[in-house]
Amino acid sequence: MQLPNPETLLSDISAKILAQLAKPELAENSALIGIHSGGVWLMQRILSQLKSPIPYGTLDAALYRDDYSQRGLKAEMQPSNIAFNVQDKHIILIDDIFYTGRTTRAAMNELFDYGRPASITLAVLINRGGAQLPISPQIVGAEILLKPNESLQLSQDTKGILHLSLEIEDSKASHV
Amino acid sequence: MYNPQLDADGNLKHLLTIEGLPKRILNQILDTAETFVGVAERDIKKVPLLRGKTVCNIFFENSTRTRTTFEIAAKRLSADVLNLNVGTSSQSKGETILDTVDNLIAMHADMFVVRHSQSGAAHFIAQHVPDNISVINAGDGRHAHPTQGLLDVFTIRRYKPDMHNLRVALVGDVLHSRVARSEIHALTTLGVPEVRVIAPKTLLPTGIEKMGVQVFHDLRAGLKDVDVIMMLRLQNERMSGAMLPSAQEYFKTFGLTQEKLKLAKPDAIVMHPGPMNRGVEIDSSVADGSQSVILPQVTYGIAVRMAVMAILGGGNA
Repeated sequence: MQLPNPETLLSDISAKILAQLAKPELAENSALIGIHSGGVWLMQRILSQLKSPIPYGTLDAALYRDDYSQRGLKAEMQPSNIAFNVQDKHIILIDDIFYTGRTTRAAMNELFDYGRPASITLAVLINRGGAQLPISPQIVGAEILLKPNESLQLSQDTKGILHLSLEIEDSKASHV
Repeated sequence: MYNPQLDADGNLKHLLTIEGLPKRILNQILDTAETFVGVAERDIKKVPLLRGKTVCNIFFENSTRTRTTFEIAAKRLSADVLNLNVGTSSQSKGETILDTVDNLIAMHADMFVVRHSQSGAAHFIAQHVPDNISVINAGDGRHAHPTQGLLDVFTIRRYKPDMHNLRVALVGDVLHSRVARSEIHALTTLGVPEVRVIAPKTLLPTGIEKMGVQVFHDLRAGLKDVDVIMMLRLQNERMSGAMLPSAQEYFKTFGLTQEKLKLAKPDAIVMHPGPMNRGVEIDSSVADGSQSVILPQVTYGIAVRMAVMAILGGGNA
């Protein structure tokens, strides 16, 4: 499968987010929140393009996930860091790959423990299809329908350039 | 080697002692605790991880502070908490430890936090409980107090992140201290190059050198150029016979004063596991001074206990 260049997708969603922030009713009272790890890389790149600074933060929704009883805590957790007041802010939540919607659900639950935002917009690099909840991203770089045994990984090299890779889980192996 | 604290996949199953815990697990606990420090600073100091689970604090020996910090940690993870001061209830009526535990299992408890005056009590209970229940040792006799050891190490790491370049001194009643043993294990496992113990001969266990520490009997010599000073509590209630002349005499030779603190590095931190005997092992002006991190230790203790419970409580289905 030919994967899109994530740098092109990033430019695309950056432009849409910048346009969103330019709306008069949002300009004064918006904030960006990146979901670890890919969403934080994307957020930092978007922040660097902003002419005037806006509040931002990072989230790792691990403590709110619905698969904790099955899978436990993941080994590498990043602390969430939201130093601004979430109350009444228009939040743009940024993630790399949108799949089941469960990470977004967990992230929104965590966000509400910081305060009551005025609105939340979800921006993602790729929507890979397969939502299991009534949640969908408003700002999307590309839609790529994947099979359940396929997964997309975003990575960042030492120069800060983004890369996408497709991983295919061997369906025979998974039955062993 | 069989380690009852780890499951077949090498994940933490019970927390009984720091002894034998691999560096990977220690770092997992400390890194997870970083996340929980942030939770305590929010408006809503609660996360839903242990919703619907029941944590039982079984205290066969009284310790208000330890019980309170475990209770608050469990509540901030949304668990239901049951506190049992067994010393004052069934055991005095003759019930055995395992009968007490079996009753709590029948009430569908998910996690036990155990404090007992006998070494090995938490191990004993861990061997007895079914697979889906985890046990945390909250202090067993002179043996171990792993969460206290972890919270001390976490505090050190927060103030002095470069663990490979530290000189840490433990001062006082090492003989009766379960904290000291946990501490030494954690520090050496995490690569602290120099751990000193400073105490009178009567308050040091024989063979302490074998744990990889340097022994000092003179406080002034021992404090020279250290980065971290861990004061230990003089365990009056565990002491029998004439190990010490008097509390005043002890303070004169082993009490930490401003003047002696100056022998350590200028940015050295002073720690104490509490409760403090002011004027016995530590002078009030040091305990309340700018280098003291005694109250942050309490704050971090909650984050570390939350981390341990969060790691133990997941992935059981």
